[in-house]
Order: sequence, then structure tokens, then C-alpha cells
Amino acid sequence: MPQTQHVGAERDRVDGPAKVTGHARYAAEFPVDGLLYGVIVTSSIARGRITAIDLDAALAVPGVVQIFTHRRRPESDWYKHDFSDDVAPPGQPFRALYDDVVHFSGQPIALVVAEEFGIARHAATLVKATYQAATPETDLQTVAHYTPPKARNGIAPPPARRGKAGDAPLRVEGEFRTPFEYQNPMELFAATAVWDGDDKLTVYDKTQGVQNGQNQLAKIFGLKPDHVRVVSHYVGGAFGAGLRPQYSLFLSAMAARALERPVRVVLTRDQMWSIGGRPATIQHVRLGAGPDGKLQSIEHDAVGSTSRYEDQQENIVNWSGLLYPAATTSLGYKLGKLDLVTPNDMRAPGAASGVFALECAMDELASEAGIDPVELRLRNYADRDPAEDKPFTSKELRAAYRLGAEKFGWGERNPAPRSMRDGHELVGWGMATGVWEALYVPHTARATLTADGKATIACAASDIGTGTYTILTQIAADALGLPMEDVTVCLGDSKLPTAPVEGGSWTAASAGTAVHIACSELIGKLLEQARRLNDSPLGAAGRDDVVLAAGRLQLRGDPAKFVTLGDALRAGGLDHIDAEGSAKPDQSVAEKFTANTHSAVFAEVKVDAELGVVRVTRLVIAVAAGKILNPKTARSQLLGGAVFGLGMALHEESMLDHRFGRFMNRNLGEYHIPAHADIHAIDIVFVPEQEDHLNPLGVKGVGEIGVVGTAAAIANAVHHATGVRVRELPITIDKLLPGL
Amino acid sequence: MNRFDYVRADSVDAAIRAAAGDPAARYIAGGTNLVDLMKYGVERPSLLVDITQLPLRGIEETSDGGLRLGALAGNSEVAFDARVRERYPLLSSAILAGASQQLRNAATTGGNLLQRTRCYYFYDVATPCNKREPGSGCSAIGGRTRIHAILGASDACIATHPSDMCVALAALDATVRVAGRDGERAIPFGEFHRLPGDAPERDNNLEQGEIILSVDLPPDRFGPHHTYIKLRDRLSYAFALVSVAAALRLENGAIAEARLALGGVAHRPWRKPDVEASLTGEKPGRAAFERAAAELLAGARGQGDNDFKIDLARRAIIRALGQAAAGKPQSQSHKRLEP
Ligand SMILES: Cc1cc2nc3c(=O)[nH]c(=O)nc-3n(C[C@H](O)[C@H](O)[C@H](O)COP(=O)(O)OP(=O)(O)OC[C@H]3O[C@@H](n4cnc5c(N)ncnc54)[C@H](O)[C@@H]3O)c2cc1C
Ligand code: SF4
Repeated sequence: MPQTQHVGAERDRVDGPAKVTGHARYAAEFPVDGLLYGVIVTSSIARGRITAIDLDAALAVPGVVQIFTHRRRPESDWYKHDFSDDVAPPGQPFRALYDDVVHFSGQPIALVVAEEFGIARHAATLVKATYQAATPETDLQTVAHYTPPKARNGIAPPPARRGKAGDAPLRVEGEFRTPFEYQNPMELFAATAVWDGDDKLTVYDKTQGVQNGQNQLAKIFGLKPDHVRVVSHYVGGAFGAGLRPQYSLFLSAMAARALERPVRVVLTRDQMWSIGGRPATIQHVRLGAGPDGKLQSIEHDAVGSTSRYEDQQENIVNWSGLLYPAATTSLGYKLGKLDLVTPNDMRAPGAASGVFALECAMDELASEAGIDPVELRLRNYADRDPAEDKPFTSKELRAAYRLGAEKFGWGERNPAPRSMRDGHELVGWGMATGVWEALYVPHTARATLTADGKATIACAASDIGTGTYTILTQIAADALGLPMEDVTVCLGDSKLPTAPVEGGSWTAASAGTAVHIACSELIGKLLEQARRLNDSPLGAAGRDDVVLAAGRLQLRGDPAKFVTLGDALRAGGLDHIDAEGSAKPDQSVAEKFTANTHSAVFAEVKVDAELGVVRVTRLVIAVAAGKILNPKTARSQLLGGAVFGLGMALHEESMLDHRFGRFMNRNLGEYHIPAHADIHAIDIVFVPEQEDHLNPLGVKGVGEIGVVGTAAAIANAVHHATGVRVRELPITIDKLLPGL
Repeated sequence: MNRFDYVRADSVDAAIRAAAGDPAARYIAGGTNLVDLMKYGVERPSLLVDITQLPLRGIEETSDGGLRLGALAGNSEVAFDARVRERYPLLSSAILAGASQQLRNAATTGGNLLQRTRCYYFYDVATPCNKREPGSGCSAIGGRTRIHAILGASDACIATHPSDMCVALAALDATVRVAGRDGERAIPFGEFHRLPGDAPERDNNLEQGEIILSVDLPPDRFGPHHTYIKLRDRLSYAFALVSVAAALRLENGAIAEARLALGGVAHRPWRKPDVEASLTGEKPGRAAFERAAAELLAGARGQGDNDFKIDLARRAIIRALGQAAAGKPQSQSHKRLEP
């Protein structure tokens, strides 16, 4: 970056005031004339067929306008069209109200539309379905495990086995399990659909990808993509649940079209369990090492859950081939089909589960070898990507171990389990490595500068609460030499320049670069105008010779030579100037390098020696993620990730009753996430990391890395405290008690 | 949500008259439980009788030196009342162990007694439940039972009463004053809630249409020798897996009187007078506490998921009695369990 004033500095969220004053509008809040309210009725069985749906009582309720079911819906070709989307896995995407087949418990089977929300909600309780029920299978342990026949786009299948199993002197082996987890963002999924005639559609949706929704709707309803507009300015959290368009989007548009009035569909908290979450996994890890702790073999096999109708896939095991070199590396990944909704990409998909297993096994190896856990990782440090034998674009994981350990005071650790105490509490210190992809994807943005010196940045990316509005404002302000107040960022509207879904922690790098380039292009265009002036002081200047500062385009070396913005625009007879910028990843970088973010996570737990109550009293996460654009928003992301990981370690579990194929704790009273009392000191350490290859900004992204490794560090700390290895998450009292 | 009528009662008599004769009428106080149940379709009242304007909010001295908690006294009001903190810290502590500050601000004394089980199946109208629909079966048996009973359950229902406050009220030998069409009566706390037996639809012994007027506490006898320990799946804002209220009166280094009640383990706060009697005369110490734990848990039976609660309850009882004996009650703001 030429000038840096805001980038890299702590800046408050630019959208903060709008959010805390209620001015920020969410999908279910847009006022629309003539609005109807749709409430979804869901199936009570998990598998079988709907034999009848009795609507008489519901239809008789005054104010009910229409009830849609698979037998009462517009007869059109819509359902024959492609329901897939940018991030859909292989398979047949779920189509709401398509036919009588029930694929999962909680499946929408009717949409009650009424003049008022309360009426729709009441009438929905009067809809009575009868079923021909089949026995659901929802136990990942007992169903068949298979290799997905078709790989999911963007998810590399495990690499082929390398080396053959030897007889390493040290061996550890364990089965690890992770449960179904659900993101449960505060904001419920909601969509408000408004048609203009029968060929133009606007939907206010909760989504991580407005253009993903736009394209899906265009395909289903046979519309020109530019006749479909999806708006999602603000998102009240999503964590991957909003990557794929949810059925609320389709249902609102379908009902609005059929009824020729705007329709809003909002899910209930209970229904948030019918949109997918983190798949359950069963994993086996076997490590073999020499007496010096050097790994000779890594074997990691995972089975993840999916639905019967789609092969959702995530990268669970490949990290094990990436983090540590070993002569023998054998990684396997299979799926098990369950009568449940297709899982989704929950924050740090795959890595959260897979790295948990690997890093717990590494801790077991450290104990077995009598080597300090940090030292064990240093002895097995991968300076190059062991799987592909390539260098990393940058990797300051070694420094992360060191800085994290220093901050934590790791050197004081007594390695023996149950050796550290604080009164009647057992104290445990554990650590783990975290890793995530540093993704950089094609992205565009537009920058506009008006004669009054105000800039507007636009792209279709969503800010899912991560701080995208803020960092793009910072980048543009620096590039255009403006105060942040003079930059307005417009996001979350499908008519804006093309952006992928906001996921994978790629938005800061990708949207940020696009904005940076757009601003640079804009300055180039401005220079062209400025050079048209008679005796222009910039007559001979090239693009790289000038900067924009305080409304003046000036020579980099000689600020006295300048043309004002107003003069430059006037020279061209313009009232504004704009330019588009595209982030275009260089394929050769991906061929030559591997790009990852890394972290070292350190956890302290205190466990009541008799009652097994666990408190995570300290967490230190040292993160190497390239350039940090805004330490304040980045830190918030990492804190949130740490809390996510803590919840994964100790609390989160959607409990299935296999007899019903139904999750039983479908509310935030019984689905536990950390409460304030569960959170103590969390320290985030930014590890300096110079990233020169990935993108011009040197940014890697921090949205997901905070989750990865945190559960393992806590599990390892619990073992250090108690001597009990819990290999099945979450670590609850019942799993500790027998060992205490 | 169902359609219902709504009246705001301006006197206790008017409230009783309004609800009389309509089994589907419900009193509504703080609404923190009833409204949730209505949204889930579990409660479908025909009539809501709003009792929040009745003069039942006060906390008053009784003639025998005890304290009367009006049925509408808020959970927070009771927990922070100076007299309660001074004379019944066990009650204050138990209340503060429950729910969240916001919920405690809205919740009332009467409502807390009458809150319904958190059994997952009771809440899910798609599954059979004898408590919700008598005769339909109990889905919890053979299902997910982490929060279910280990004591006093029946083949018809294995639900627990979820209240924290009630565990302390049971240990303190409170009395529930109620009024109905036939006048007032007083129900000893130990006889207020029921075991499920073959009528799990009945949580307690209130008659249809009866209203709670107050909960009366006898004079304090335990000084600093009490505690409330709550074990749960996160450090705050979760219902008890197991909780223990313990109170001891010590004389010359021996136990002169003991109270011991468990929460989260049965359809009502679990107390056994003979176990308490057997502690009398004992020197406080691990041996006596272990024996009391074993006796209080005699006959405990797990349902699968919740098997661990038997051992957990045993350990928690021993800890609680130790804290009570030492006069070092558990703090509810510091989540570190006291030794
Ligand atoms: C998320 C959540 C977490 C919670 N966690 C805990 C916890 O950890 N521990 C705990 O103990 N509690 C917990 N609670 C429960 C809470 O304590 C109860 O909901 C509350 O005490 C009920 O009081 P209320 O006044 O709101 O009752 P309401 O909801 O108004 O009424 C409950 C029932 O009592 C009846 N009723 C109310 N007053 C009277 C009266 N005077 N006479 C006759 N009938 C009456 C009503 O008809 C209704 O059937 C939690 C609740 C929620 C929602
Ligand atoms: S335990 Fe009781 S409340 Fe729960 S399902 Fe069985 S009968 Fe219903």
C-alpha cells in the first residue's frame, strides 16, 4: 500500500452505531406494503411419506390467505429446474414442498400464509399431517460408510497413501468423536420477497451470498439474473449457515409469486435445526514415532455424516498430512448417510473436527514420549508442505509457538498429569496447533469518487458481522487519501459488483484487494483527466508517480505539484469518476505454494478434583495470519472463534433420539453454548508474518482460525489436570467423573 | 400459539372466580414459563387470568418470627431482600443459582413453584408424553435422559422438577398458602409437589383453580451452616443436573439438626426425614456425610444417559454437607466450587 494511515490500525466498526441504535435493517425488518406472513409447518417424522395433510381447521381461521403444501402449490416447471447453488455438494438439493417424501425430521411440509404473523402462527398449529413412517437411521456408527463417488467442488479428497506401516517404537492410537453442532446465529433465517410483475423479483434475505441466492432464484423461476435482486445489508451472524440459500428464500418467493403479494417467511429457533450444522464425525488416529518423538507414521481416518440426498464433504483429515511430515501418511475420509438434513459448512468446517483429533493424539504422543508438547511439535515442524512438497507462502508457526508459550508462561509447566493444583482444583495446561486455509478468490469491487471528495465503495460481498464494512473503509480511505468518514461502503446487494459467498475467511483478502485495485484504477483515471489540463503540473506523471491526498492528486516526491480533484473532474467535464477493480488470484502462486494461517493455542483449565466441574481460566491464541488490517476487528473475530472452540470443547451437542431421528434439545436453553460465566481471560497474540505471495495486501483472514485447535488445547489441558483422556466431545462432567 | 381470552383480576376472589370451573384456565404471573409453553403448543389455555395486579407482592414478617413471601414477589426481589439474605441465605443462594438475571427479575415465587419440567419430550408436541397427554406414553424412557430423574420415577414418567428455589424451600420446611373456592389452606412444602406415579399430568397437589397466596418460612435455625451447590452443563444459565441444599444446626461440635434436599433428580425436591434424623448427634465429618449420601440415594436408578447423576449426587452431597458444617457456603457469583 502506498500510504498507510488506517490499514493496520485499530478502528471502530463503521456499522457499530447503526447496529446498536437499531437503524441497521435485517431481512425480517424491511417495511413492505401489503405484506403477508408465512409460517412453516414441519414434519414430525424423519423418514417416510406424507399420506395426508388436514388443512380444514387452519384454512378456516380468518386472515389465512393460503396454505401451500406439496399438493397445493403452483403447478409449474420450477421444481424441474436446478436448485443447486455455488457451494452445493454433489446430489439432489432439497426442494421444499416438492413431493410427499420426508427426508428429515423438521422438514418443511406446509407454508401457512396469513395477513398477520400471529394468525399464520396459530393456523400453522392446526395443520395436521399423517404419515406412512419408515424407521429412520441416524446413528453414524451403524450406517454403511462409503467413499463419496463425486468430490465436492473445492474439497480435495485425501491424498493417496504414502509409505507403508512400519513398527514405530512409539505408537498412540485413539478413536475420537465429535457431535452434531448447530451455529444458531442470533438472527433467525428470514426472507421477504417482493415481485414486480411476474418477471422481476426482490428478496430481502439473510445470507452470506446475495448473488448465490440471486442465481438460484433466477434458475428456479426462469428469470434473467439481472431481474432478480437479493439484498442483505446486515447479517446477524451466520457462521456458515448462510452460505447456501435456505428454503425460506425459495418459499417466500414462491408464495409471493402465487399470491401476487409480498411474503415474509421467518424460521423459528426450533426450525434452525432443520437447516444443517456441523456434521458428526467418528475418527481414528494412529501415530507412530521414534523415541525422539519424530513422527514416522500418521494415519487418520474419518467418517462424517451427510444426508441421504447429498454428499456434503469437508476437509477433515488432510490437515494431518499438512501439519507434520512423516514417511508414512495414510488419510481416509468416508461418509455415512443419515435421515437428517444435509449438514452445512459450520465455521472452520472439517478443520475444527479433524484437527481436534490430530492434536489430541499429538498430546498423547508427547506424554508417551516424555517430550514437552510444544517441543514435540517443533521437532516435527513442517518447513515445507509435506503433502505436496511445496513451500508455504509464509508460515510463522514457529514464532506463534514461542510467543504463545511466552505469553502463557508455558515454561512453568510440570509435565506430569495431576501434578498442578490450586487448592482442591486440579490445574491443567494444554496446547494445540491450529491451521486453516489462507484463501484468496476472484472478487470485484467498484470505487466512485465525487467532486465533493466523498468516495463510495461497492461490492456484493456480505458483512456477516466480521467487520467487512470497516476494513474496506480503511483500505479505501488510505488508497484515496480520505478520512474514513468520507468513505461509504455498500455491501450485500446482488446488483453490486460480483462477489463470491462470504466464507472460508477469504473476504478480507479478496474483497480488500479488489477495493485496493479499484481505488488504484480510479486514481489512474483521475490522472488521465488531470493531465488534460493546460500546463498540468502532472503532465509527465505516470500512475505510480502520484497519490491522492486531501482532495489533491499530487506528485509522490513533490506534493507542491498537484491538481485538485475538482479541477481534474472539470477538465473531463465529469461530476464523478469511478473504476472497477478485480482480485485475480495468480494460478502460478497456487501451483508453487501452499498458503495457510496458523495458530498456537494454549489453555489453562481448573477442574474440581471431586466434582469434575471444568473452568477454562485462561486461553492464549497466537495467530500468524499475514497482515492484520484492523487489530480491533481481527481480535474480535479471534475472540469469537476462541469462544466457539470453547463451546465445542465443553458444551455444544445437538442430542439425537435415534428412535425419532430427531434432535431433542432444539432451543438455546438446552443446546448449550458458553455463557459469560464460562469465559475468563482470552489473550490474542498477533504473530508478525510477512506475506508476499498471496495477494497485494499480504492478508490471510482470521474468521475461522480461532476455532481450530481450541477444543484440542482444552481437552489436552483437561487431561493434564486430571489424567483423564476424553476423546468424545463435548467434555461434560459425566465423562470425567469415573476417572476422578 | 392458541387463541385465548384474557382477564386481569383485581382481587384474589375475582381471580379465583374467573378461573373456577374451567380446567383450561391458567393464572399468569411473570409468564416466563407459561408463555414459552404456549408458544410450543404444550399449554393451550382457554383463559389467562392475569394476577400481577393482586396484592401478593410483599415480603412480610410472620407472627412466629418467620417470613412470608408473597406469591408475586419476584425471584430477584426475594433473593436480594435484606431479611432473606440475613436470615435465609440458603434461599437467596438457590434463587441466584437459577436462570438469568433477566428471568429472575420477571419470575415470581408462585410461578417458580409451578414451573413445569424441562423434559425435552414434554416440550415437543410431536412426541408422546404422559405428562402432556395422559396415556400417550413416555418418550423419555429409552430416549435422551440427561436431565431426567434417578429417584422416585415411575413407569409413566421420569421427569424432574427443574426449580432451584424449591430445593431450598424444601430444605427450609416452608409452607405454601393457597386459596380456592372453598377458602384457604396451608400445604407443607414436602407435600406440595408430587411424585409422578400413574398420574404424571399432576405436578403438585394444588386443586384446579387454586391460587398460591404466599410461601411462608419458619424462623431461621441454621445461621451460617448452609449451602446450595448446583452442578450443570455450563457454569451459569443451565438447569441443574444435580443440586444440593444442605443446612445444619450444630451444638457442641455435633449435628443437632440436619436438612438435606436434592434438585434435578426427581419429580420433586428430594428429601428424606429419616436420613436427616440419622445425622443428628453425629460429628460432622466425611464418614457421616458419606453414609447420609448413600441413604438419601438409596434406590436411585439411572435411565442410561443420566446414570452418572447417582455418583455425581453422592459427591455433591458430601461436598455440600462439608461446606455447611464449615459454615462456608457456596458463592453463586464465583463459579469456583468451594472446597
Ligand atoms: C431459559 C430459562 C432458564 C431457566 N433456568 C432456570 C434455572 O436454572 N433454575 C430455576 O429454578 N428456574 C429456571 N427457569 C425457570 C424460571 O424460574 C421460571 O420460569 C419462573 O420461576 C416462573 O415464574 P413466572 O412468574 O414467570 O411463572 P409463569 O410463567 O407466569 O407461570 C408458571 C405457572 O405457574 C402458574 N402460576 C403462577 N403464579 C401462580 C399463583 N400465584 N398461583 C397459582 N398458579 C400460579 C401459572 O398458571 C403457570 O402454570 C428458567 C426459565 C427459562 C425460560
Ligand atoms: S418423562 Fe414425563 S414429561 Fe418426559 S416424556 Fe415421559 S411422561 Fe413426558
